[in-house]
Amino acid sequence: MCATSATSSTCRAGSTHEARPMKNVRNVAVTLAIFAGSLGAWEAIVRAFAIPIFILPPPSQVALALYRGFASGLYLDHLGYTLLETLLGFIVGSLLGFFLGTAVAMNRWVEFFLYPYIVMFQSLPKVALAPLIVVWFGLGLTSKVINAALVAFFPLLVNTMVGLKSADEDRVSLMRSLAASDGQIFWMLRLPNALPFVMAGLDVAMIFALIGAIVAEFVGAQRGLGMLIQSMNFNMDVSGQFSILLILSFVGLVLNRGIMLIRKRVMFWDPSEKPAIETSPEEAVPAAGRAVATPAKERI
Amino acid sequence: MAVATEAITVRHLSKTYATRDGAVAALERATFSVGEGEFVAVVGPSGCGKSTLLKILAGILASSSGEALLRGTLIAGPRRDIGVVFQSPVLFPWRTVLDNVLLPVDVQRLGRRPHEQVGVDLLALVGLKGFERKYPWELSGGMQQRVAITRALVHDPAMLLMDEPFGALDAMTREHMNLELQRIWLERRKTVLFITHSIPEAVFLADRVLVMTARPGRLLDDVRVDLARPRPLDVMNTPEFGAHVRHIRHLFNVQGRIDA
Repeated sequence: MCATSATSSTCRAGSTHEARPMKNVRNVAVTLAIFAGSLGAWEAIVRAFAIPIFILPPPSQVALALYRGFASGLYLDHLGYTLLETLLGFIVGSLLGFFLGTAVAMNRWVEFFLYPYIVMFQSLPKVALAPLIVVWFGLGLTSKVINAALVAFFPLLVNTMVGLKSADEDRVSLMRSLAASDGQIFWMLRLPNALPFVMAGLDVAMIFALIGAIVAEFVGAQRGLGMLIQSMNFNMDVSGQFSILLILSFVGLVLNRGIMLIRKRVMFWDPSEKPAIETSPEEAVPAAGRAVATPAKERI
Repeated sequence: MAVATEAITVRHLSKTYATRDGAVAALERATFSVGEGEFVAVVGPSGCGKSTLLKILAGILASSSGEALLRGTLIAGPRRDIGVVFQSPVLFPWRTVLDNVLLPVDVQRLGRRPHEQVGVDLLALVGLKGFERKYPWELSGGMQQRVAITRALVHDPAMLLMDEPFGALDAMTREHMNLELQRIWLERRKTVLFITHSIPEAVFLADRVLVMTARPGRLLDDVRVDLARPRPLDVMNTPEFGAHVRHIRHLFNVQGRIDA
């Protein structure tokens, strides 16, 4: 119980278990073995049954396609473009979602007049809008950013709304008893209280933005990984498509990690963001205290 | 009692809530006063309007009729000269212990500089020296409630309103907190209105115990407790203490309510 002792400044730094590194090494080894094993099995099956390369390419061919793509500079160019679309769409969509969510949560007139449309828009599969967006905004960057923003916008809107409204009644009472103004209640209570929700929204929005950008590229584009997949599909270059899918899943992972890093910074005070102080089971599982910010049914 | 020494004056105070099944009276014509520096406990069964009374005094709930005065002025809205302690600590998890304590200072823009030391000193008074930079989740329930008490004192309010502040604590911690509160009160001598549904807690802490009936809440009795201070926990075993507790419990029994 070093958290409750007055001299707990030594707690966070010290008391890492010696057994840990060993355990980690073993886990990594097992993970790698499983990975190598499944790749080997895949390769073996493709060769043993002589599966045509345009149906299912062996991992070696995918790796070759990946290498060639990067060596020629082709993938980097398209990857950069798709990343640009995704990040711009993410930023625009998130900002829009955050401000509109705030307006809806804080003003009952805005809520009254806007909410029906929001609900309608929510039940719409937003990727179905992509063809229209491309018709309206052309084959260039704009249509991709707008599509990505449209798809990313919703999780932020919903989470900001829920987060701002979920401020604990007792805390509001406390602020009122101190003669706090509505503005103070917003800045000192509602906004920080909404942060876990907003971060959960950003988490979803990041991946959604990537999906939005890729789908818009499918519909019509001159550059980007989605466009590349499309053209490889016409050429029956399945190895190439696999290699792009690999890149995309890696991009998704990196973007997600990025959000998690921001989350850790912003929510430094949230116990669920801290490494377990000691490895006693009661303290290591603060998950129950984690904000339940599961966004209401997210649809793309 | 002379008007000048009355911290709280309540006259014919009523509160009626409008519900789907019609009006429900939560508080009916309550009349009492609390002297400056006095510790008054309000005890009554659940739903007797204790919390309603406190919210009206805190200025976050309007009364239906009657009036409540704080140091001679009508309570018409939230005021800056009261400190409220709720049943739960109501700390902000993104603020450190000291920042939580300084919340009233921030809200009322009293200036952090002069009050930071006040906060540190008060934390030492409640036995939380060295915890200034900790976050609420690093503290136990009893410690969190002490932070809440410190927060209620930091802007030096005229009175302290406490709404079952120890109701959520276990029995051992609760006894300890009762002793602590008595010690703090003896040192600071604030006017305290302490709401509880524990008769022994009320008798142990208070100079006077106001006994309320169940819904609609009405004032049944005003019991003066003249036990010497500081009262040790052992005072609970004395005949005088027992007599007070029995008397109050008897009042409830006559009312057909023994769940207090």
